[in-house]
This record gives sequence, C-alpha cells and structure tokens, in this order.
Amino acid sequence: MPDPLLDIRAIDVFYGDFQALFGVSLRVNAGEVVAVIGANGAGKSTLLKTIAGLMHPRGGDIVFNGAPVGNAPAFDVVKRGIALVPEGRRLFPSLSVEENLLIGAQSKRPGSWNLARIYELFPVLAERRHLPAPSLSGGQQQMAAIGRALMSNPSLLLCDEISLGLAPIIVRDIYARLPSIVGEGLSVVIVEQDIAQALKASAQVYCLQEGRVALQGEAHELTRERISAAYFGV
Amino acid sequence: MSVVSHTVQHATRSSRIGVALIAVTLIALALAPFWGDRQTLRLLAEVYAFVALASLWNLLAGYAGLVSVGQQAFVGLGGYLLFWLVIVLGVHPVVAIFVAGPVAALIAIPVAALTFRLRGAYFAIGTWVVAEVFRLLASQISVLGGGSGISLPAAAVIAMAPTRQAREFEIYWLALALTVIVLAAIVALLRSRHGLALTAIRDNELAAQSSGIGVFRIKIIIYVLVAFGTSMVGALIFLQKLRISPDTAFSVNDWTAFVIFITVIGGIGRIEGPIIGTIIFFIMRQTLSDLGSLYLLIMGAVAIVVMLWAPKGLWGLIAERYGWQALPLQRHLVLKPTKTSGRPS
Amino acid sequence: MTEWLNIILQGVLIGGLYAMFAAGLSLIFGVMRLVNIAHGDLIVLAAYVALMVTTSLGLDPLTSLVLVVPAMAIIGYLLQRLLLNRTLGDDLLPPLLVTFGLSIIIQNGLLEWFTADSRKLQAGAIEVQTFQVMQGVWVGALPFIQFIVAVAVIAGLQQLFYRTALGRAFRATSDDQSVAQLMGLDTRHVFAMAMALSLAVVAIAGVFLAVRANFDPSIGPARLIFGFEAVIIGGLGSMWGTLVGGVILGVAQAIGAQIDPGWQLLAGHITFLVILAVRPQGLFPKVSG
Ligand SMILES: Nc1ncnc2c1ncn2[C@@H]1O[C@H](COP(=O)(O)OP(=O)(O)OP(=O)(O)O)[C@@H](O)[C@H]1O
Ligand SMILES: [Mg+2]
Repeated sequence: MPDPLLDIRAIDVFYGDFQALFGVSLRVNAGEVVAVIGANGAGKSTLLKTIAGLMHPRGGDIVFNGAPVGNAPAFDVVKRGIALVPEGRRLFPSLSVEENLLIGAQSKRPGSWNLARIYELFPVLAERRHLPAPSLSGGQQQMAAIGRALMSNPSLLLCDEISLGLAPIIVRDIYARLPSIVGEGLSVVIVEQDIAQALKASAQVYCLQEGRVALQGEAHELTRERISAAYFGV
Repeated sequence: MSVVSHTVQHATRSSRIGVALIAVTLIALALAPFWGDRQTLRLLAEVYAFVALASLWNLLAGYAGLVSVGQQAFVGLGGYLLFWLVIVLGVHPVVAIFVAGPVAALIAIPVAALTFRLRGAYFAIGTWVVAEVFRLLASQISVLGGGSGISLPAAAVIAMAPTRQAREFEIYWLALALTVIVLAAIVALLRSRHGLALTAIRDNELAAQSSGIGVFRIKIIIYVLVAFGTSMVGALIFLQKLRISPDTAFSVNDWTAFVIFITVIGGIGRIEGPIIGTIIFFIMRQTLSDLGSLYLLIMGAVAIVVMLWAPKGLWGLIAERYGWQALPLQRHLVLKPTKTSGRPS
Repeated sequence: MTEWLNIILQGVLIGGLYAMFAAGLSLIFGVMRLVNIAHGDLIVLAAYVALMVTTSLGLDPLTSLVLVVPAMAIIGYLLQRLLLNRTLGDDLLPPLLVTFGLSIIIQNGLLEWFTADSRKLQAGAIEVQTFQVMQGVWVGALPFIQFIVAVAVIAGLQQLFYRTALGRAFRATSDDQSVAQLMGLDTRHVFAMAMALSLAVVAIAGVFLAVRANFDPSIGPARLIFGFEAVIIGGLGSMWGTLVGGVILGVAQAIGAQIDPGWQLLAGHITFLVILAVRPQGLFPKVSG
C-alpha cells in the first residue's frame, strides 16, 4: 500500500481538561474523498481543527506528506497544503468577496487555482466580487468559503458541514462541483451530518461517536444498519 | 440515581486561624501609640491609607472589572472637599472627612454616567481625563490657593486636639478605623448577594447578563461606593499632610500607579492581595527609594513580570500552593453523598 | 475678527499633531483591541531619539525622520513580539496593566538618562517663517508643514488599510484571529507589524512635538489623553475621524487659551466630555458592514 497523504495515528485532543478525541486514527490517500460522519458533539470539527493546526493533539501523531505536523501552527499547516473550510463559513465580514478570496492566497503556494478559476467555478461570486462578504446569501457565502480555501492551492481540503443551513437544492449544487475540484488530484475530507450526501460523495467513511472511531469502511460496502448503529451508538 | 446534598461553607481551617491572627494584629496595632514612636505612627497611618486605597481599587478592577486609572480624581476630591469644608464653611476637620465621602459619592454618579459610555480600556483613559479635569478645576479655585495650593489654617488644626501628640494619635486611630471599616465593608459586600453577582460578572460577564443579573446597575453601585471610600481616605491623607495642592492631590503616580502596583503584586481579585502588596511596596520603598527614578523603573518592571508570569500575584501563589485563605470569603461547595444506591457520582 | 481667525487656524494646525497622536492609537486598537497606555510616553521617547540623532549626527529635525521612523518601527515590532503579544486574550487587565507599567518604565528611564530638564529640537530659520493667507491672518511655516504631514499620514494609513495586502491582513486578523491563521497569517507577526506602523506614526508625531515646544520626560500621559480624546471625538475605527477629532480638540484648546490661559486644557477636556455625553459613538463612527 502506498504511503497515505495524511496519516493520523491515535490522537488524543483536549479542550482544557475535557477530552474530545480518544485515540482517533484516520488515513487519506492522494486523490481520495473521505467522509467523517457522526452525531452532534461527536468530535468531527475538533478532528478537522486539529488537522488544520488550530488545536494540537496531546497524544499521537499527525503525519502529512511524510512530515509530522501535529505541533505545527495553523499558518504553517496551510503553507504545507492543508486548507480548512471552517464550520459556519466564517468569511471576514469587513472584507469584500474578492478580498476574502485574495487573502486565501496569502500562503503563496504555487498551483493552478486563482481568482479567474474560482469565478469560473462559482460565477455568482464574480458578479458580487466587490460587495462586502456579509451581503452574500448563505449558499454564496459557502461558495466563497470554499473558494477562499482553494485559493491556497491545497493538496488536502477539509470541509466542515458545508451543507449546514443551506437549502437542499443549493447543497446539491455545491456537491455537484466537487468532482471538478477533486479531478485535480486534490484529496478531500468532508464532515457531514447529511449521511446520504456524504456516502454519495466519498470513497472511505469514518463514523465518530463520542470522540472515538466507531466504524470505518468503504462507502459502498457499508449498510444503512451498520452506519446508524455506529452513528447513534445503539 | 445518586442523591447528593450540598452545603456551602465559607470558613476553612486556615481562615479560622486567619481570623484569630487578624484579631490579635488589630489589637496590637490599635495600641501602637503606646509602643511606637512618631515615625512609626506616621508610617503605619500611610500604610493603612494604601491598604484602603488598594482594596477599593481591587474591588473596582478585580471584582467589578472596572479598570480605572483615574482614582486620583476621588483621592484629590476628598482632600479638596475637606479643605473647602474646613476653610470656607468652618466645619470641624474630622466631621469634614465624613461629609466628604457622601458628597464625593454624589459627584461620582454623573461621572459614572459619562465614563461608563466608554468600554474596557477606553473606560480606563476616560477616568483619567476626569481626574485631569478635577485637577485643572482645583487649580482655578482661588480661595483654596489656586495652582499652588494651601495649608490648613492653624486654628482648624488646633480645634482637632490641643497638643500635637494628641492630634497625631487622633489621626492614627482615624486612619486605622477607616481602613478597618473599608475592609469590613468590602468583605461584607463580597459575602452578600451582590458579592455573588459580582463574582459571576467577573467570571463571565455575558453569562451573568443572560442570567438576568443587572450587571450595569451593580457596576454603577460599586463605582459610587468605591468613590465614597476613596474620597474619605483622600480627605484623611490630606488632613494628615495639613497641606494640599492640585498636583499632589490628583497625582496619578501616588494614587493610581502605586495603588495598581500594590494590587497586582499582592494579587488582584483577592481580598488579601492589597494587604500583602502594601507590605511589599513599603519594604521596597524603604530599601530602594534612594535610587530615585530607578526605583520607579524597577517597580514598573516588577509589575509587568508579575502580571505576565504570576497574574494572581503573590497571594495567589501562596493560596494556590497551600490552599490558604486569611478571610472566609471563597465558597466551598461540599458534596456529601447521602445514599449510595446507583452509580457513585 | 481676524484675531479669532488666527486663533482658530492655530487650533486647526495643532489638531494635525493631535490627529497623529490619535492615528497610532486608533490603528492598534482597530487591529488587536489593544489600548496602549504607554502611547504618549512612546511619543516622548521618539522625541528623545530624535534629539540624540540630531545632536550626534548634526541633522536637522525633519531629516532625522529618516532614521527616527525606522528606529521606532523596529522598537514597536520588538515590543509587540516580545512583550505585548503575551498580554492579548479575553482578559482586559494584562494589556492595560502591562502598558501602564511600560509607561512608568519609559518615563523614569528617560528621567534617569536625560534628567528632568526640558529640551527642544532646533529646526533653524524655518521655525520663525510665516506667511500671510489673507489680510491679517498669518500661518507659521512649521505648523503648516506639520498639518500637511498629518493629512498625508492619515491618507497613507487609509490607503494602506484598504488597498494593500498588509491592510487586508490587518482587517482580516481584526475580524477573526483563528480564521486569519488558517489563511497562513501568523497573527503574532501581523500584530507586531501593526505596532511597528503605529510607532512609525508616533515617531513623526514625536519629532513635530519636539520642534514645536519644550519637552521633558513627564509630558507623555497628556499626549496619550489628547490622542485618546481625538479618537473618541472622531469615532472609533475611523481614520479620517481622528483628523476631525484632533482639529476639534485643537480648536477648543486654542479658544480656551484665548479666554484664559488656565482654560486651555480644560476647554479641550470639556469639549471631549460634552461630545461623549451627547454623541458617545463619536462624530464619524465606523459603519460596520
Ligand atoms: N471550545 C470548546 N471548549 C470546550 N469544549 C468544546 C469546545 N468546542 C467543542 N467542545 C466539545 O467537544 C466535543 C466535540 O465537539 P465538536 O465541535 O468537535 O463536535 P462536532 O462533531 O463537530 O459537532 P457538531 O455536529 O455539532 O458540529 C463536544 O462535546 C463539545 O461540547
Ligand atoms: Mg462541528
């Protein structure tokens, strides 16, 4: 088996004294889409924040492209090629749409993503490029947040609940563009509460339950029963 | 299900020992005129004034989160009120101290209404502006000597007590009594329902707000009460000095920088902090003051180091290490399982 | 009539200096919510740095800016990186008390080094040059230059904030620190750059202060207060607002001084308090998006 792009080995992550992740392991191969599912509070966002360098594991290792990144600060992690689309989009409210995209390119990684290509992917953003970010609709903000992450030319894209709070038609619209993003050899980790959507889009699925990996497998092999058992912990 | 009953205890063993120690110390200090010389009495009276000022500032900044760098406004206001009452209205100096407090509290209300419009650190500078305004206004009062200040008339001084010694004793006891009253009032306040609310505000203002505690109202009350106490202490300080001028009365160094230093070093947000801090401050002053401005420089550096590396101050370090508390203030939640059916909690 | 015109004009020109005090303060508050109590003392420090540069190299004060500005910017960068970054967080006390301690250190350090004697920077012939703007209304060359520089500084800061990558980084970091990190911004560096820029402005203000009048180590806190009043009068977060705030303060002081010399500072403070009472958000509050 080839070395994975991202190899998370048994990490323990804490908020102060509260342990949110217990010995979580996860592998992402180059060009692969991995879904992480789980109930509210299972630790999905914590996992992504830890990969992105906003939090650091107290135990275990994170290896990316062969190098340990568990203790690297977030601004360094993005320069190594990991970009996070944070939960709740979190665009910069005092920046325009275009400035939000431009600041995504701050890490100056070489690659093919640029303003023109983002606007090609999400034409609606081009029309509103000079408006303040908060004036966008929820779906448009999500597109801008994805575009902002892509601007750093990542080799691994982490998406935290991009469907949250959006109308189903918009969710389908956004997911419809996922293949054209992955087509570039980009790996993606998607965190979703929408299990059906996650299974459709991904090859590998991990199910978190109270901070532990309760189930792992190929998306097409997992039965609905096994997933809901792991999801709800029954 | 496990059933747990709980009681809230104020006292711990160390705090009981603490209370006994405090009582003994207070008696010894009250008798100081019989064992100390003039120098000692003067020094002690000054120590008391700083304990009181620092405790009041601690209540304001450490508990109510109102970080003021303008408390010299009220020290000076108290002093000027005393001189004005004595010189212009012929009030007895000791009576004047007790009039200065409530009058200053009244003045503090509109001051709060204005400065509370500024948030956080800008509030701090706003209070400083107010102190500057007071200083500039004081230097416009020509009956009180304008910019160069004025001395208390001999007649008023003699009216206090016939001999110099009797007067010094009187001021000493006044200073001790005032400080004890201020400390007792702060302890009583913190143990009251309002005290609980204050702690809630300090720990989480947003949560306190959403739980319906009138944060703004409590802050105004604390601000006004602190002005009350600070002005009385100020009045006493300048009664002891017998002379006042705008620059000494509204000095940011003497009445705010030193007071902040004391509180930070001793331990902000703890009742014992200002007392420990004052002792350290006076030890440093007695040993380092020959260094002049270098001494102040060292003081500033020490305050920064403590703030960054021991933010709970010296008393915080001690209390954490040994679990001590001199005054029964912190509440200890004691959980006693009464039934052992089901899972232990 | 022309007497009053002269007075108001004086006030306006002095307002440029106050605006520069305010701009540095406003800048770091905008980026990192830090209120620097030592701001005024840093202005005085800049004046002493200029004094050393002019006396040791024989430069004239305005030329000395070439050295004083980078020197202060470096001091600002290091100060933030080594000390002030440690104080940032949810708690209000550490930054306030640490900068307060810093203010005491700078004041007494200057006192130790340069004594309490008052000093002044000599700018030569330009100090006494004046020109007539209309019948009976005169303007000093130096106050005029000072005002033009102030306008240029504020226009420059405005451009930097809204037109450059650094300004974008400032605004993004101010909005959301942790997402800014996700963009590859090292917020410790961004904050240090903001402080460097603030002290670069402080350097310019310090030199003009030192040319205009006598200075000694104790005058810092009053400069902090003027800058602060200009910020609040103008409205938090607005760069052009600081210029208006500075001018209003300068004019108020000039009019006060004309009525009675003892009323110069008082008139400024009272104007500030009145504006705080009737319009606490300042005259030009930043319109939040
Ligand atoms: N800042 C925080 N401080 C303390 N505990 C936190 C913090 N953020 C999250 N937690 C806790 O950590 C656990 C995992 O949270 P996390 O946000 O990772 O869950 P999640 O799976 O993303 O949930 P959701 O689907 O609601 O987004 C939860 O129990 C949560 O309460
Ligand atoms: Mg989440």
